[in-house]
Amino acid sequence: MDYSSTHKPIYLQIADKMSERILSGEWKPEERIPSVREMGVAMGVNPNTVARTYEYMEQSGAIYNRRGIGFFVSPEGRKIVLKQMKEEFFANEIPVIRKKVEMLGITPEEMTVLLFR
Amino acid sequence: MIRTSGLSFNYGRESVLENINLNISEGRIYGLLGANGAGKSTLLKLITGLLKPKTGTVEIDNIPSFDRNPEIQKEFFYIPEDFTGPDIPVERYASALGAFYPNFNKEQFHSLCREMDVRCDKKFTKLSLGQHKKAIIAIAISLNTRYLFLDEPTNGLDIPSKSEFRKIISGNISDDRSVIISTHQVRDIENLLDDIIIIDNRSVLLSSSMEEIQRKYLFGVESSLDGGVLYSEEGLGGYMTIRENTEGLESKVNIETLFNYYNTIRKRGY
Repeated sequence: MDYSSTHKPIYLQIADKMSERILSGEWKPEERIPSVREMGVAMGVNPNTVARTYEYMEQSGAIYNRRGIGFFVSPEGRKIVLKQMKEEFFANEIPVIRKKVEMLGITPEEMTVLLFR
Repeated sequence: MIRTSGLSFNYGRESVLENINLNISEGRIYGLLGANGAGKSTLLKLITGLLKPKTGTVEIDNIPSFDRNPEIQKEFFYIPEDFTGPDIPVERYASALGAFYPNFNKEQFHSLCREMDVRCDKKFTKLSLGQHKKAIIAIAISLNTRYLFLDEPTNGLDIPSKSEFRKIISGNISDDRSVIISTHQVRDIENLLDDIIIIDNRSVLLSSSMEEIQRKYLFGVESSLDGGVLYSEEGLGGYMTIRENTEGLESKVNIETLFNYYNTIRKRGY
């Protein structure tokens, strides 16, 4: 079974949401982000799960913790998140798209028009 | 810490629970899952001391629940599935109950009522089913007991209220507080849970942390089946599968599929 056919664990789904916010600029570098608790409440998930997400994002360097103050987007946060999301897109989503493109017999020209017009 | 050991119960000749061994620790959210009539409510009544075990023991902080020790009584609160409030305003009932629970927080109660849109100046008997349920949830949370037992809390809640419920549970858990939620509607609460306990056919089919399950199994949706699946069932978008997680990958636990998997194991008899 290839890994793209599994559902992501919740803590990584939350990480995706946070990454998108960093990427879109909704959360800017050096900006404080919601606390673990606030995030848990907003999403209606277990705060322990959110704590795991923050730990994961901290390890990747996308966010950092100022003790006693809260979590902030790293100066390099956007770059880190962009790299990660690209890698994941290539590894997980492209194969699915490729399969579908082959199945439907879509030509490169059609694809180019659809994607880059 | 709550501990049941060798716990059994029957109504007359009908056995309801057999040899239940469970540990419930603090600071976690438990999902007590099982089909209707599996014995979930009976288990909650045994734990909270409303029923007396036929054999075995249930202890909260090392004191048998059925002793109904006042020191222990104030450490937990239980909302039965069929809770019906008395014919008095919600806020008066809250204060009356609050007198028995040293950590009752009146401001918290009022702010929860506001969050959930509950008119706490109204009598229970004047509230709709959903309002009724939300009112007692607001009271239960603001009593700030160490253990909170909720029997089918999302029954009767409309869709926005279910999401509100999740937010409120998430925002009110702490390291010294455990919430035990019984439900047959897993989807309503699955993202809240630290642990799941599945009761089926009178006994504990599975009691495990979500993390442990995630380490052990890999859950997927596959378009075609090749070998090596532990369990599969056809669903929308392909086969829901469970495989052994040999490579240390991470996937989202599909509780419904897991439940069905454990059920087939049991039926096969090993």
